[in-house]
Amino acid sequence: MSRSLDRAFAAGVTALAMLVPLTLVAITILIVIDSWPALTTFGVSYFTTTEWDPVKLVFGAAAYVYGTLVTTLIAVLLATPVAVGAAIYLTEFAPRAVRAPVAYTIELLAYIPSIVYGLWAIFVMVPVMRSVVEPGLQGTLGQLPAIGKLFSGTPIGLDLLSGGVVLAIMILPILMAVSREVLLAVPPTQREAMIGLGATRWEAVSRAVLPYARPGIIGGAVLGVARAFGETMAVTMVVGNSSRDITGSLFVPGYTMASAIANQFVEADSELYFSAIVEIALVLLFVAVLVNAVARALIRRSIADRPAGAVV
Amino acid sequence: MTAIAPTSAIPLRHRVVARRRFAQGAVVSLLLVATLLGVALLVTILSYVIFQGLPAINLAFFTERPRPFGEAGGGIAPSLIGTLLLAAVSGAIAIPVGIAAAIFVVEYRSGRFAAPVRFAAELIAGLPSIVIGVFVWAFLVRGLVGHYAAVAGAVALAVIMVPIVARTVEEVLKLVPNSLREAALALGAPRWKVILSIVLPTARAGVLTAAILAVARSAGETAPLLLTALGNDFFSTDLLRPIGALPLQIYRYAVSPYDDWHVKAWGASLVLVVVIGAVGLLLRFVARQRVR
Repeated sequence: MSRSLDRAFAAGVTALAMLVPLTLVAITILIVIDSWPALTTFGVSYFTTTEWDPVKLVFGAAAYVYGTLVTTLIAVLLATPVAVGAAIYLTEFAPRAVRAPVAYTIELLAYIPSIVYGLWAIFVMVPVMRSVVEPGLQGTLGQLPAIGKLFSGTPIGLDLLSGGVVLAIMILPILMAVSREVLLAVPPTQREAMIGLGATRWEAVSRAVLPYARPGIIGGAVLGVARAFGETMAVTMVVGNSSRDITGSLFVPGYTMASAIANQFVEADSELYFSAIVEIALVLLFVAVLVNAVARALIRRSIADRPAGAVV
Repeated sequence: MTAIAPTSAIPLRHRVVARRRFAQGAVVSLLLVATLLGVALLVTILSYVIFQGLPAINLAFFTERPRPFGEAGGGIAPSLIGTLLLAAVSGAIAIPVGIAAAIFVVEYRSGRFAAPVRFAAELIAGLPSIVIGVFVWAFLVRGLVGHYAAVAGAVALAVIMVPIVARTVEEVLKLVPNSLREAALALGAPRWKVILSIVLPTARAGVLTAAILAVARSAGETAPLLLTALGNDFFSTDLLRPIGALPLQIYRYAVSPYDDWHVKAWGASLVLVVVIGAVGLLLRFVARQRVR
């Protein structure tokens, strides 16, 4: 009796649990099937051309890929120094009593829904970008010979730069949380040895703690990349949503891959158009799996697998 | 160094020390600025949501359905009901599946499929939510159901929630001491009884935490709902018809050109943030219970 009940219970748990890998397989299969017509029609030119024309049925997603790469890069460049800086301050220098409360406060940013970031960005951030930040950048960095091109054009606020900035705010909490966890996992002996040799606290942190934590911090940044890559709503609301050619300026309205799906999915009126949009989802799926695998491997190496007190 | 040492020797040493101290001071102030920036961002965003949202809040905002542009008044009631219904249905799907996945990974870890289940949960957790939206659209909206429907939205949210539940429950199940399992097994209790009446009750606060966390995370999701639940300005609790949700309402109002709708978008955001905040407080309360 109890033997058969045991078997029934195990079978039930197994059946429910197997839904998880089955879902992943189903996601992959359905998305591959739906993007097949576009995959076979356009091949490599899907990634190398920028013409996206539902009337002529020619689809090249290079401008979307470019938009995603640019906004993600801006986000990581802006968020990493702030997040890692805050994590270092909150693990090494802040008064002990405020460390955890302040860290939790910043991590609350992760619970604000993407749509609320988007609303805030449209009505608060974009006007500031348009009237203050972008003209300011144009007047200073924009005058430099090589990188000045990045800041050419009319500052409109709804552009790649704004998309990148809002993404930076959104990935800040995850980057900080991971960096903090990694720094907390550094054995105290690393610091103590260096301070015992007469180093200042900062010297101990920069030469004994940070090198030890580096793989984990990089892992956190990669995880941030994964977040930024697929983030949809907030970016869609400020990035401009206009698929022009790749100009090299940050002050032009662009599209990211995710915002292209969100904006055009419901409009797709032909099989090939629809398929071309689903192929964007296929690319996002592929990159997400790849980037997450790399990030987790890096973080795990930093937190778990080193024996306590081990020297780098 | 004695008092009669050449005066030039002392400043040199002092200069080195001073430089090192200065470097430390400079770096630490920069780090402090980074920390304050993080806090300032949170404070800024939250205060905008509160102060821009409050003017929209009145009784009608919670009880009435949206009115066409031009008519004053109207509320977000259908979206509020939609969000609660979607949370309930997606929770009813995701929580059992997530708990089962965790039990499978921890309690049946000798099995051949334990590692794949865990790995799949991790990969799904990393997927952009819009990709999950595309999948559920193909699977349900075009496939089984045939049109946009609340149930499709609930399934999309459930796919997002399952990995959160599974991974959180997995962590707490691992914390249950093995001696408890062994003691029960030694007394002759069958495996299913050990799991249901010893392991899960021991970990119940953690399991509850996982469920609440998943609901809080999914309540603000917008992108997958755009492709599945679609949105609805009318009251509806029919799972087979399109349904409204707070994030969808915020999106529609935010990108509209009307000032009145912008105010309502802030109001709906305030409601959404308060709902998530309340769920978060519940979470802290439950987590504290576990410590005792």
